[in-house]
Amino acid sequence: MLLYRALLRLYPKSFRAEYGAEMMKDFIREWREASAAAKAALLARITADTLANAVRVHGDITRQDLRYAIRSLRRTPGFTLTAILVAALGIGATTATFSIADHVLLRPLPFPEADRVVRLWEDHSKLGYPRMEPSPPNLLDWQRAATVFERLEPFTGGSASLVGHGEPEQVSGASVGGGVFQILRRPAALGRVLTESDVNAAEGERPIVISDRIWRTRFGASPDVLGQTISLDDRAYVIVGVMPPDFYFPSRNRDFWRTLRLGTTESDSDRGNHYLAVIGRLKDGVSIEDARAEMDVIAAQLAQAYPKAQEGKGVTLAPWREQISGQPRVLLLGLVGASICVLLIACTNLANLLLSRALARRSEFAVRAAIGASVDRLVRQMLTDSFVLAACGGVLGIILAVVAAPLLVRLVPTSLPIAEVPPTDLRMLAGTLLLTVGAGMAFGLLPALRVCRKTDGSALKDGARGGTSRGTERLRSSLVVAEIVASVVLIVTVGLLTQALLNVQRVDPGFKADHVLTVRTTLPRIKYAKAAQREQFYQRVLNDVKALPGVQSAAYISFLPMVMGGGVWPVLSTVPDPGSPQKFVPPDPKNERRASLRFVTPGFFSTMRTPVLRGRDVNADDTTQTTPVAVVSESLVRLYFPDRDPLGEQFAFAYKVRTIVGVVGDIRVRGLEADTSEPQVYLPAGQFTDGDPLFYAPQDLAIRASVPVAALVPAVRAAIAAADPQLPIINVRTLEDIVSLETASRVVQLRVLGAFAAVAFLLAAIGIHGLLAFNVSARSREIGVRIALGAKARNIIGMVIGRSAVLAALGVVIGSALAYAAGRSMQALLFGVDPANPAVFGAAIALALLMTLAGSLFPAWRAVRVDPIAATRAE
Amino acid sequence: MANPTGPESLLPLPPAVFHILMALADEDRHGYAIIQEVRSRTNGDVRLSPGTLYRSIQRMLEDDVIVEISERPAPELDDERRRYYRITPFGRSVARAEANRLHELVRLARASGFHTKKA
Repeated sequence: MLLYRALLRLYPKSFRAEYGAEMMKDFIREWREASAAAKAALLARITADTLANAVRVHGDITRQDLRYAIRSLRRTPGFTLTAILVAALGIGATTATFSIADHVLLRPLPFPEADRVVRLWEDHSKLGYPRMEPSPPNLLDWQRAATVFERLEPFTGGSASLVGHGEPEQVSGASVGGGVFQILRRPAALGRVLTESDVNAAEGERPIVISDRIWRTRFGASPDVLGQTISLDDRAYVIVGVMPPDFYFPSRNRDFWRTLRLGTTESDSDRGNHYLAVIGRLKDGVSIEDARAEMDVIAAQLAQAYPKAQEGKGVTLAPWREQISGQPRVLLLGLVGASICVLLIACTNLANLLLSRALARRSEFAVRAAIGASVDRLVRQMLTDSFVLAACGGVLGIILAVVAAPLLVRLVPTSLPIAEVPPTDLRMLAGTLLLTVGAGMAFGLLPALRVCRKTDGSALKDGARGGTSRGTERLRSSLVVAEIVASVVLIVTVGLLTQALLNVQRVDPGFKADHVLTVRTTLPRIKYAKAAQREQFYQRVLNDVKALPGVQSAAYISFLPMVMGGGVWPVLSTVPDPGSPQKFVPPDPKNERRASLRFVTPGFFSTMRTPVLRGRDVNADDTTQTTPVAVVSESLVRLYFPDRDPLGEQFAFAYKVRTIVGVVGDIRVRGLEADTSEPQVYLPAGQFTDGDPLFYAPQDLAIRASVPVAALVPAVRAAIAAADPQLPIINVRTLEDIVSLETASRVVQLRVLGAFAAVAFLLAAIGIHGLLAFNVSARSREIGVRIALGAKARNIIGMVIGRSAVLAALGVVIGSALAYAAGRSMQALLFGVDPANPAVFGAAIALALLMTLAGSLFPAWRAVRVDPIAATRAE
Repeated sequence: MANPTGPESLLPLPPAVFHILMALADEDRHGYAIIQEVRSRTNGDVRLSPGTLYRSIQRMLEDDVIVEISERPAPELDDERRRYYRITPFGRSVARAEANRLHELVRLARASGFHTKKA
């Protein structure tokens, strides 16, 4: 008996109330009549019957409710469209930002057991570099001593000009240690990956693995590609494999992977030669902490063995995904927070919309209740309404999110080995489904419960009187306050970030970016191995370019500022130390002095409009036959030659003693936001000798012109082609583009946040308007009586606006507190802007008040226009 | 309150619904009586479970093919206080339409050479 009673609970309450008693009686009768043996069978039958039919009855009711919901929503198209749009905005914004955040921050990287893959750096925290690229001797020592890794392997990025099988093209790729592919555990799509034995292949037979893109564009996706030869920077490689299209390593847009052989050059034995990237796979059962502990011990041993080079230096080890720096993370989390705000506002708005709709339908519900509909059926019906709206909003939201995704891809850091656009997959759809159901519940349940609690007949009377209960009022008011809070938070956030962006843009990079065209040409290493060959090339190109109409000046440099931040060398004393790889004694072993190294041709500073403060620029007379000279930045003088006339001072740098002949203004080499740019040392390209590292051979051309620089591009291309037709030209862009790239992700984030804030603002205004309009129409009799009793328009307007002012004040106070907290959590992004910036808060508060006023105007006008006779006659 | 869309809109009837209509054809009955009537009419072949019965009743009430009646049979015949159901005129026309449909189906089956026991 008890069992059957329990089983009956599976039916919907309304069904149970209607037929439960009858079913119970039937069961009792059958139970009495059944023999002992038949009783067991009866129980089994009745259980199966209940399970099957309970599901069907639920289905019947849902189908009925759906039909009813769609019919009634169709009758109010304005309401329905507004509600769907609001839901779509909330769900779409959240889906888009969550899918990007999931893609960048949460989802495992696209490699098997990627959570066991780690990146390693040397820890030079004392010099301000917790993540310094390891040097080859240190890596070799790590490999020998470490026991926690399956493998520990080096790689370096790089680019090369690809010649043959089509137009010459500059492609990016990587040189990888023999075991890198074993760490990544991704097989080739065609052929094989690189292995340990490939590292020592003979010249001319060196193996290479190419990307899917190269395979398709250059070889027409032919399976015969294996065994063919391609030429990178005039060096031949044999293709042994093609990687699948979704293979990204070490980051996006890599087209080749060749082997990296350490120890082939003298500089590979220099512990100060930091240029490797290191990746490792932890053995099973080894935790990150275990690995860190072991690497700390190894670092200590190295410091003991090589005190001069390794004193005070450790090892930084982090999961692969965490190689992205703090800023993109905060940028994304900020957006996720903002999208949650939008969703919250959308939900409260919908709750409010549904609440007023439900209140308007109270009489209808009361009638349904009177003819026997139970409260739970009515709640169910209202929930069905909100789910229908949420589902439509969800579908539209997904479309919005998919359309918006490409706008957000700037927020995906290029340094991660993942696709640019997050995939639209089941995971995203499941997330949206969850969001939709959650939103439907959130904005449907409150109004449903609120209205139906009263559906005992008193609603009928309530409906006749047309007033609203105090509780409902309070609920609606708190929803509106929540909307104001969320929009204040968003507006303040946008304001703070706009301030920060302006501050970043106001930073003086140390040069004038306007009217400068930049072109990068990578000089193939073999063809241009000799300084004389390069010098000839520079002269030819520069002469031709300078002769172009409108060109004021042009010069070559190793790397333009911001394009490359590294290339940092120790600044040494002039005392020789033949035993050390750097050949000279550091002036102060405790405090390493460092500066970035660039080779420039004459005229670089005038092209960049970087002021020459003292002495002179490099010039054509600085050759390998004359004393090595250097032009240094102001900060170098300030730090290393204080209180002295720097001109004529000497220091050792990049293997030679250099004499300072000029001092120029500082340049933000590492970017506008990084205040860690090292002092700069510029050496004349004419003094680049054959022993100097080819990496620094000038390859970036900067051209200042009085005419629009875009018009110069064809002529510049022609000039370079005349000097060497086989040379690919990459990265033709203006210096302004390079500088604006510095703030690109901020601008994108701000744009998205701004859109969110605008939507939030609009929704909140709609919310306030809806609340007050409903309030005024519900109280029209009271207002009519007041007018009849002599209340002035002023008093009526005051009454309506006073109410909204109270809500606005509450929202602003709470919102400001939360906005301050949000600002503090984003401090990393604020670039010195105070999270309590009074101008921003003032503007946000003013906007919120303005929005409240705008939302109240129409209801106030309606209130004044209430006709006292008509309003009281309705009584 | 006749269904505006006509009896054909409900066809084909689920077997349980058709059996219930047949059980109510000559007499108002309560739920348990319907189960027993169906069982005896079909010689025990069809045993309606309570879940199927009341779910069908609910839908039939919504479709206006049956109504719940307020007057009860003579108290001495009514062993318990039960809810009784009666077939409506619309319900009769629905049942007739279903019978015609099945008849037509059988005719077609015969014409195709699928002979029933009698033939």
